[in-house]
Amino acid sequence: MRIRLKVWRQENQQDPGKMMTYVLGDINPHMSFLEMLDTLNEQLLQEGSRPVEFDHDCREGICGQCGIMINGRAHGPLKNTTTCQLHMRSFKDNEEIVIEPFRATAFPVKCDLKVDRTAFDRVIASGGFISVNTGQAPEANSIPISSPDVEAAFDAAACIGCGACVAVCKNSSAALFTSAKISHMVLLPQGEIEAQTRVRSMVDQMDAEGFGHCSNTEACEAECPQQISVLHIARMNYEYNKAQVLKK
Amino acid sequence: MGQWKQQTLSRKNWMAFTGLFLCLYLVIHLLGNLQLFLPEERAHRQFNLYSHILSGNIIIKIISYILFASIIGHVVYAIIITLTNTRARKVKYHYDRRGAVSKWYSRNMGLLGTVIFIFLVIHLRDFWYVYKFGNLPLDAQGHKDLYILVISVYSELWYVLLYVVCMVALCYHLLHGFFSAARTLGLYHPRYAKGVRIFGWVFSIVICTGFAAMPVYVHFLK
Repeated sequence: MRIRLKVWRQENQQDPGKMMTYVLGDINPHMSFLEMLDTLNEQLLQEGSRPVEFDHDCREGICGQCGIMINGRAHGPLKNTTTCQLHMRSFKDNEEIVIEPFRATAFPVKCDLKVDRTAFDRVIASGGFISVNTGQAPEANSIPISSPDVEAAFDAAACIGCGACVAVCKNSSAALFTSAKISHMVLLPQGEIEAQTRVRSMVDQMDAEGFGHCSNTEACEAECPQQISVLHIARMNYEYNKAQVLKK
Repeated sequence: MGQWKQQTLSRKNWMAFTGLFLCLYLVIHLLGNLQLFLPEERAHRQFNLYSHILSGNIIIKIISYILFASIIGHVVYAIIITLTNTRARKVKYHYDRRGAVSKWYSRNMGLLGTVIFIFLVIHLRDFWYVYKFGNLPLDAQGHKDLYILVISVYSELWYVLLYVVCMVALCYHLLHGFFSAARTLGLYHPRYAKGVRIFGWVFSIVICTGFAAMPVYVHFLK
């Protein structure tokens, strides 16, 4: 395969950045998208230029590190897929592929395709935990939890925090991410105890990071690699409204 | 955090409350105006009597103030929300195909809302303003003859077309707005969420078809 790449190049956070065009002649259609970028970087290194920086880790679709806009779509043309699970067979020979970082004010571009997603970490730190005394691991069967509840909590916990929901949202809202974390906790008896303070502080932090409003376009669910349901957003709204009404 | 500090979620709540109140108003407005479909003479008499009773009622007056407040609140919050959202992504994508994964009308609620707002200004000027401050002739019962005004306004074809186009915009606005309001208020149960969504679709189509049918009916059949 032969492809033309238009890649966002940006030295650092201060650099305004620009699109650069590269041509790759010998691409195997079975390569993953990230392997194609590795090939590009080898070519750039041989030419003596700076390689394109991008985030990646497990390359198995479970870590949430990789995440770029490919041809105007978060994680590329496939729905519910991470960038690393996208393969070159999804593109045509001689196709032009536009590659950009995820864009949101809360996700500043650090270099090329790498964005700073620590805003998500701060949202988690603000309330995505349960307060228990550390020590010996407690007996697992001492708190009975029904199987559907466990499954529902686990579905929410499956969020890998890749940021595609923010990238694809027209308002750069982090509602899907934040709500998945809130749902994950509130569905379990251990998490229910701090439900009200948690939802308030996590929503506070989400707003403080500069994410936008959720307008329920549901684009996030379509692009989410873990298919996190938008109904978690409804649950976050419910928990938030309940907390606001019951606040003393 | 202050008790009344505005957050993204609380702003959306106000959008949902005001939007749902406007939806309720649409139902009442539609039901009342269905009298236009009565046989000519009865429609004339009954419609004028109906508007006379409404305009003299204190409760209706209070509701009308809440209605104006809701429209203004809905618009003001829409502007605040849109401005915040614009700040949430200052650098735009060079190549953007994100539209493939969501409905066009869900992304263009502001545009549809603007069309509806302009329509409201025209609509209020045509009927509300003339009824309240204009010189309307009286009918046989001595009530202001709003019916004649309706007939004369809808006798122009381009006006009928304008009304129909605006009702299409309203329909798309409601298609997204109704279920979106329910979600904002926290309806997370999958079965009821689905039910509300289907109800919202039926609601939007019935309401907007009903309103669009009025100028068409008056223009072509009266």
